[in-house]
Amino acid sequence: MAKFIPAKKYKYGFSSPEAAVFKTKKGLNETVIRQISAAKHETKDMLNFRLNSYRQFLAKPLPSWGPDLSKINFDDIYYYLKPSDREVKNWNSLPSDIKNTYDKLGIPQAERDYLGGVKAQYESEVVYGSLISRLTRQGVIFCSMDEAVNKYPDLVWSHFSQIVPPDDNKFAALNSAVWSGGSFIYIPKGLKVDLPLQAYFRINSQNMGQFERTLIMVDRDAFVHYIEGCTAPKYSTDSLHAAVVEIYIAPGGRCRYTTIQNWSTNVYNLVTKRAYVESGGVMEWVDGNLGSKTTIKYPSTILAGPHAHGQVLSIAVAGSNQILDAGGKAIHLAPHTTSQVISKSISFNGGQSSYRGTVNIAKKARNSRSKVVCDALILDHRSRSDTYPVNKNFSSSSILEHEATVSKIGDDQIFYLMSRGFSQSESEAMIINGFIEPIVKELPMEYGLELNRLINLQMEGSLG
Amino acid sequence: MIHLENLTVSVDKKVILSDINFSLKPGQIVYLMGPNGSGKSTIASVLAGHPHYRIESGQIFLDKKDITKLDPDKRANLGLFLSNQSPPAIPGLTVKTFLWQIYKKFHPQQKILLSEFRRLIESESNQLKLNPELLNRGLNDGFSGGERKKMELLQLLVSRARYLILDEIDSGLDIDAIKIIFTKIKKLISDQKLGVLVITHSGSLTKYLAPDRVLILSQGVIKSSGSAALISQIESRGFDK
Repeated sequence: MAKFIPAKKYKYGFSSPEAAVFKTKKGLNETVIRQISAAKHETKDMLNFRLNSYRQFLAKPLPSWGPDLSKINFDDIYYYLKPSDREVKNWNSLPSDIKNTYDKLGIPQAERDYLGGVKAQYESEVVYGSLISRLTRQGVIFCSMDEAVNKYPDLVWSHFSQIVPPDDNKFAALNSAVWSGGSFIYIPKGLKVDLPLQAYFRINSQNMGQFERTLIMVDRDAFVHYIEGCTAPKYSTDSLHAAVVEIYIAPGGRCRYTTIQNWSTNVYNLVTKRAYVESGGVMEWVDGNLGSKTTIKYPSTILAGPHAHGQVLSIAVAGSNQILDAGGKAIHLAPHTTSQVISKSISFNGGQSSYRGTVNIAKKARNSRSKVVCDALILDHRSRSDTYPVNKNFSSSSILEHEATVSKIGDDQIFYLMSRGFSQSESEAMIINGFIEPIVKELPMEYGLELNRLINLQMEGSLG
Repeated sequence: MIHLENLTVSVDKKVILSDINFSLKPGQIVYLMGPNGSGKSTIASVLAGHPHYRIESGQIFLDKKDITKLDPDKRANLGLFLSNQSPPAIPGLTVKTFLWQIYKKFHPQQKILLSEFRRLIESESNQLKLNPELLNRGLNDGFSGGERKKMELLQLLVSRARYLILDEIDSGLDIDAIKIIFTKIKKLISDQKLGVLVITHSGSLTKYLAPDRVLILSQGVIKSSGSAALISQIESRGFDK
């Protein structure tokens, strides 16, 4: 059969010339933070929040678990780059390089075809935003975090940094100090938004740090599906993406948050995502990790009210020089809460993927239930997969189940499919697509197809 | 015609088939029989091109084309179909999607709607007494031995096979199921001149599908060959006469 051909194809590696209207000097200190705050015309409260967070960042050690982060040179990163002077509502009003980038990424087309609204962040700022007028009339707010802080300060501060406080971890502290961009979403009571809202994050410059901050508030019995995508050019030096996402779900509300992370393999992706769910609310994380050099991300759900439900569907695809440390967390604090974590990882060409997850059922979370399923597919002997589950059940009336499998693509499976007339690479794709099918079927059709296509592209000719 | 010429095969440097010669013509039914471990299933795998086996010498021809070194997919595209003894599971690869992909591969010109195709498959499943729910599940994932065998037949029906190798088709199937399957296969033999190589350890199948020719394999060597009468000899005297 075919010989081993190492390959990793990445079609988003192009870059445009850097054209910043404002950029802080390399490295991080209080002056840089004051400059960011001044550029945004912020209140003193926000400046103080940033400065306090910066002190937390300095005081906190790097995480003691997971992949090695000691090679990150915090002095060699640009923390703020403003690419254009304002957010526009029409793609044609963007500087042509930026517009061309989004055209190549297919965002305007997706917006026309099936989205209810789009935010496009380029470097540090949201440069484009839209929301269909019907949703605006119904009271949906979908704007950049910067705009929200100015326009809706009470709404923002009611949950901003309450779900992920700056001292949560070193990178949450860093984000809190230098955050810029990201989405703010508010869905009013009872409104079920039928079209997904999407944000697209693009890093273009070398040695860039992107620190967007997202807050989603779903009011009683409302629903929203938010999708984020991200890509970057491939440089020989490292970039850093450290986002914070906070989600508040009022009683009976439901939020689905889908991520297709496809950073180039020079990006450290260190993200803290957490949802706080009141009674009867539902949080669903669909977390696809394809790209990045190193990812540390465990979307978390705090089930604070009775009958709240949390779900994580996680896919990690780790190729050469990639370490993906993904998974999920569910913290059960109230009775009759349920959670489910389904994690699927694929490692190939020396890639490493880990499932790291926590399920914690508190004593008062009576009659709760959680199920964790981790399946790993390892495609060659140079690659690896690890599972680090921490499952704690303090409630005797509750049930916590954990299943884990590790498999390889069998020669017999490949032979079987080939003997039906399919080439070796077609056969491998069928097996891999089958492996991730339980998660792909949860995505909107266009994204499911895109995910299959991306994974097949990434692995083309990489198996032996 | 499929023709094996002086074929010698080894695995891990040990010769397991020695100087095998035989042919299978279009429309012909050949039985390959022998005790367990005689190398019957190895012949099936080698014909289909399993990479585990090494051809030491000799050749395999399919309609005069030398296929000895061809990959399994190329052989399939030339019309060779192996119905496996124990087909593996491919979780998540939905049966109906898989059947549709095989169909499209072998009928590139045919314009048929997916919905039409589904009806076709459902009707075939009904005839095979196969639970139609299985069509929505992953291929062979959690299927019984008999269900897997019926899946092989469904795949045969949507492909354009001209030569069929049935490796121990009766294991896991009851007599009724075998009758249904052989009725289908007989139709393919008469309509499309399908050539069939039946690999089995007992003569019981000959009641439902009569052989034109019988080969007896023992310890990797074809010991004897002849007409259907050979089977009754074996039935009474055993393989090691």
